[in-house]
Amino acid sequence: MINASMRQVWLAVLKRDLRIAARRRSDALNPLLFLLMVVTLFPLGVGPGPDILARIAPGIIWVAALLASLLGLERLFKDDFQDGTLEQLCLLPQPLAFTTTAKVMAHWLLTGLPLVILSPLLALLLSLPMQGWWALALSLLLGTPALSALGAIGAALTLQVQRGSSLISLILIPLFIPLLIFATAAVENASMGLAVHGQLAILAAISVLTITLSPLAIAAGIKMSVN
Amino acid sequence: MPFDSFQDFIIMGGYGLYVWLSFFLSFVVIALVALETAIARKSLRKKSQQLQNRQQRLAKRQRSVSQ
Amino acid sequence: MWRWLHPYAKPEATYRLVEKLLPWFAALTFISLAVGVIWGLAFAPADYQQGDSYRIIFLHVPAAIFSMGAYAGMAIMGGIALIWQIKTAEWSIPAIAPVGAALTVVALLTGAIWGKPMWGTWWVWDARLTSELILLFLYIGVMALYFAFDDARTGAKAAAILSLVGVINLPIIHYSVEWWNTLHQGATITKFERPSIATSMLIPLLICLAGFLFLTISLVMMRLKNEILRHELGRPWAQQELEKN
Repeated sequence: MINASMRQVWLAVLKRDLRIAARRRSDALNPLLFLLMVVTLFPLGVGPGPDILARIAPGIIWVAALLASLLGLERLFKDDFQDGTLEQLCLLPQPLAFTTTAKVMAHWLLTGLPLVILSPLLALLLSLPMQGWWALALSLLLGTPALSALGAIGAALTLQVQRGSSLISLILIPLFIPLLIFATAAVENASMGLAVHGQLAILAAISVLTITLSPLAIAAGIKMSVN
Repeated sequence: MPFDSFQDFIIMGGYGLYVWLSFFLSFVVIALVALETAIARKSLRKKSQQLQNRQQRLAKRQRSVSQ
Repeated sequence: MWRWLHPYAKPEATYRLVEKLLPWFAALTFISLAVGVIWGLAFAPADYQQGDSYRIIFLHVPAAIFSMGAYAGMAIMGGIALIWQIKTAEWSIPAIAPVGAALTVVALLTGAIWGKPMWGTWWVWDARLTSELILLFLYIGVMALYFAFDDARTGAKAAAILSLVGVINLPIIHYSVEWWNTLHQGATITKFERPSIATSMLIPLLICLAGFLFLTISLVMMRLKNEILRHELGRPWAQQELEKN
């Protein structure tokens, strides 16, 4: 079903988004710095004891990651909406639901992937046991694509809203809850030396489901605002 | 009938506060929704009258202009 | 079926239908809630474990069930609105959401008050209470999204999409919270889960369930009438309707 022209369009959209991000590095960097700072706040807030930190580390890192993923979301489609790019995407013969996945992919590459790479540092700061490190990285690797996909739904629905960022958080946080539950459970189990395949499998299943169904909602949201 | 007297019924075997509080609060919440709906209807009526008045004024002005 | 439904895509026809049905549903609501609540409060036997505190069940369970039912109904209306572009289906979303949110609040309040004598605290992170709280957040999200738009039609469409997204997520959230709860379960035992319920308690509970169903429908109908009038304010029939009383 996916032919050469569709692949070309998809790659063009992806490259364009990455190039724009490369020119405005602070946009991509800010959420990561925010995450780092939030994680730093916790030892200052609850005390530096390694026992308590290690126990709440999975929760802290994942909650901070959820909040960080909300930060730049408002801009995801808005700039393209204002300069007319989104309208062009709607007019393409390729389905809009398909082309938006390229934008979601770009968003994940800019926000999700750095998080996965950063996760050992966060684990170190919060004195998470060594066994938990790879589970944390894996849970982020499996969970952050769903964060980007759900976030894109929120961004698409609030395109016409003037100050949408607080509204986006209101809409999305309840939808993030299953990811938080299974991801933190996986990391907790791993740091206690228990099996984590089940939780990671469910996390992957949620991600796959979200990624396959969300383009429909994203496209519907964009079409609603563009027309 | 599980209660011997009306007093008994109010006390609810010691749980009176919880039972009556939950029934009261539930009633308040539902009543608020119904009340809000009634108020919304009233404000709609006002808005409709304003709209009609404006239309009448416009029609009158148009008539006086055409004459 | 389509030929039968099609006239109701016209707002005025829907308004007339709702107007005709509403008194019946209102009457059914009052009768069944009066019978169910009085039966449950005064005539149903006390529970052998929880004493009379269990009587909160006659509000808590129906409110919890129809808070979820209302969300499902809202999502179905959202689907109809998106697929067939029927205006009245769009308008029913802002009519349903506040009612569903109110039912969720009732379920939360009664659950918390019931928890006080049973668990000793007003709030525990019990699976059902937690999913009910998340359901409230979902309702708040739908309502906030609807009211954020200047154009009510776009707002309704956005809310329709969000309610569909939410209804797919709702079972996932529900089961993940349940699983999370069994994982972290300490000393608390879910008292709401009872293996079986005696017939003498079940009958008033079923009557209360019917009462809450009719209550939900009546409140939604009342609000839907308002929504239809709000959007048809420029039309003569709506103006006549508003002047009538």
